[in-house]
Amino acid sequence: MEYTLLILLLPFFSFLFLGICGKWLSHKTAGLVGTSVLGIVTILSYMTAYAYFTAPRGADGTFATLLPYNFEWLPMGNLHFDLGIMLDPISVMMLIVISTVSLMVHIYSFGYMHGERGFQRYYAFLSLFTMSMLGLVVATNIFQMYMFWELVGVSSYLLIGFYFTSPAAIAASKKAFIVTRFADMFFLIGILIYGYFVGTFNFVEAGADGQVVDTMGQICGFDADAAKFIPVALGLMFIGGAGKSAMFPLHIWLPDAMEGPTPVSALIHAATMVVAGVFLIARMMPLLQSFGTIGGHTVLGIVVWVGVFTAFYAAAVACAQSDIKRVLAFSTISQIAFMMVALGVCTELPTGHHHVGSLGYMASMFHLFTHAMFKALLFLGAGCIIHAVHSNEMSAMGGLRKYMPITHITFLIACLAIAGIPPFSGFFSKDEILTACFAYSPFVGWFMTAIAAMTAFYMFRLYYGIFWGTENEELHAHHTPHEAPLVMTLPLIFLAIVTCAAGFIPFGHFVSADGQAYDIHLDWGVAGTSIVIAVCSILLATFIYIRKRQPVADSMAEKFSGLHRWAYKRFYMDEVYQYVTHRIIFARISKPIAWFDRHIIDGFFDFLAWGANALGYNIRGLQSGAVQKYAFVFFLGILALTLLFLLA
Amino acid sequence: MIQIEYMLIISAVMMCAGIFGFITRRSTLAVLLSIELMLNSADLNFAVFNRMCNFGGNEGYLFSVFAIAIAAAESAVAIAIMINIYRMLKGIQVDKLEKMKG
Repeated sequence: MEYTLLILLLPFFSFLFLGICGKWLSHKTAGLVGTSVLGIVTILSYMTAYAYFTAPRGADGTFATLLPYNFEWLPMGNLHFDLGIMLDPISVMMLIVISTVSLMVHIYSFGYMHGERGFQRYYAFLSLFTMSMLGLVVATNIFQMYMFWELVGVSSYLLIGFYFTSPAAIAASKKAFIVTRFADMFFLIGILIYGYFVGTFNFVEAGADGQVVDTMGQICGFDADAAKFIPVALGLMFIGGAGKSAMFPLHIWLPDAMEGPTPVSALIHAATMVVAGVFLIARMMPLLQSFGTIGGHTVLGIVVWVGVFTAFYAAAVACAQSDIKRVLAFSTISQIAFMMVALGVCTELPTGHHHVGSLGYMASMFHLFTHAMFKALLFLGAGCIIHAVHSNEMSAMGGLRKYMPITHITFLIACLAIAGIPPFSGFFSKDEILTACFAYSPFVGWFMTAIAAMTAFYMFRLYYGIFWGTENEELHAHHTPHEAPLVMTLPLIFLAIVTCAAGFIPFGHFVSADGQAYDIHLDWGVAGTSIVIAVCSILLATFIYIRKRQPVADSMAEKFSGLHRWAYKRFYMDEVYQYVTHRIIFARISKPIAWFDRHIIDGFFDFLAWGANALGYNIRGLQSGAVQKYAFVFFLGILALTLLFLLA
Repeated sequence: MIQIEYMLIISAVMMCAGIFGFITRRSTLAVLLSIELMLNSADLNFAVFNRMCNFGGNEGYLFSVFAIAIAAAESAVAIAIMINIYRMLKGIQVDKLEKMKG
């Protein structure tokens, strides 16, 4: 598996090449270089996955964890920071997701970004992002993960701010960077506490005889004092993950991040980067299950409740947004919250009775996989629509189905998938999540089912608003929307096929909580309920939004105008942040500190400088330039010293 | 037998003459000569102590030879500086060097 190193190196070199030599390349060459490199990376990832999953299972029925590379990068006393590549079921699964979506986005961007200024720079940043994200998932230790985590954040910042002449994009990129950095600060503190008490950052170690040893499962030896701090460290890590995965209340950057180019939103802010937090929790799962308890509370319990609330909040906001990318952004937040909840409900170690308490792990990873595909499809479809009508607002759309048939069909497939209609992929993964939630507690199960219904509703509100509903005839007569070019529709078709087929992948055979093959079986009680509810929501949305005139929607918005405005304004979360940061932190804390710094600290040093200056000005007469006067003073000084020593 | 005090008095007189010349003379050349005078008084002290106090070695003489050699080198440097001063200031009077003031 030595070639896995190329998966990281190729995009990195492509980034360097396009970043340095980009301005001498034509748009076409730069795009071709980036895309073909990504093509090779995708092929290598598929080869890796094939080789990994076709290798014989170990004696305990699991796929062996592989360490093709691992070297000590920075020793620090007892601790050492390593760099390497680790292959285990979830990292191999992520390799597939990232490389596939990234390749589709690369191809799609040919059409979408056609003629943009900075086309080469765009492809360079895409390569950087792909490299960082791949490095994040194959990290052998939490510290390497953190480094790539930050790189992912940087490339996200660069790509959100790609249209650097637009003030909104600049503000959005800063917001994304600062909010995620703020969360990452906790992540780093968590890592350091963890490293201090556990003594290693590694997930696995290379054993003596070439075997790979799971270090996370073997850290039970620490004392009671340390046992108190491990849950704290894990909780801090979850804050980092929540920042990246846009969990409430750190979600505020994701809707604004939609200012970036739409393919970037598809790649980074829907399919890959935002699931890094989910991946982190999945990676730390053995620890969370064994040591995540402090004073009767579990970190996983926090994960569940944060996830449940975020899923509900984001779904509620998505119902009232009018910008199609914002709707998709809130739907992403909601769906990632589903994955988080699914991880949080893994309360039991997967030993003993099979999978009862840890089905969520598999469900979460499965949903991550299917969601990445259909959400990328939705965003790319939204990109085609925006490309056609030159607006993000639903008011500029409506009735587009006759102009853009391919986009329409693929978008519909993705909407059905996210709504949880069989046989599309979202149904299977969401059903597993709901089953896991019901096993955890009936309340969480029903609540999540209700949110799934909301999902179906707002997705079809979006669908009808774009493709049916009230057509903006004036605008469309002025500028007739047209179907996107083939280079943009091909990725849509590919992702639509994946969305149709992915549900039938025996996912449990590849990824499961204990690593053993697990046959996904549908719990028809749960599945039937969720199908019925989803169909009802879709019918409701159809009833309200399909026609040209929408009296029900208007009267609802009229009747609940307060609620509607609250949801439209995202429950004023941004205003709350604005208030907290500007009115409280800036005005009450930062301003006095700044005053203290400017007047007391700076004043003290200004005084010192002024004193030295004044003293020097006053005694400069002594430096007369008459050399012999100096000598005279010098000799007098010697005389005085001599007398002093003689007499003392 | 000449007493050690007499020799030291000579050396002290040489030193004082050197200091006096260093401080008062206007010509840089004369200042240099004064420096040499002070150095020589120090050399004399080395030789005198070696001769009269009988340490049983020749270090004092050796040091005076060293000091003479170094004085030669130093005067070469000094003369070079003087030539530069002359070029810049058209003269080697010490009071012309007042440009060095702060």
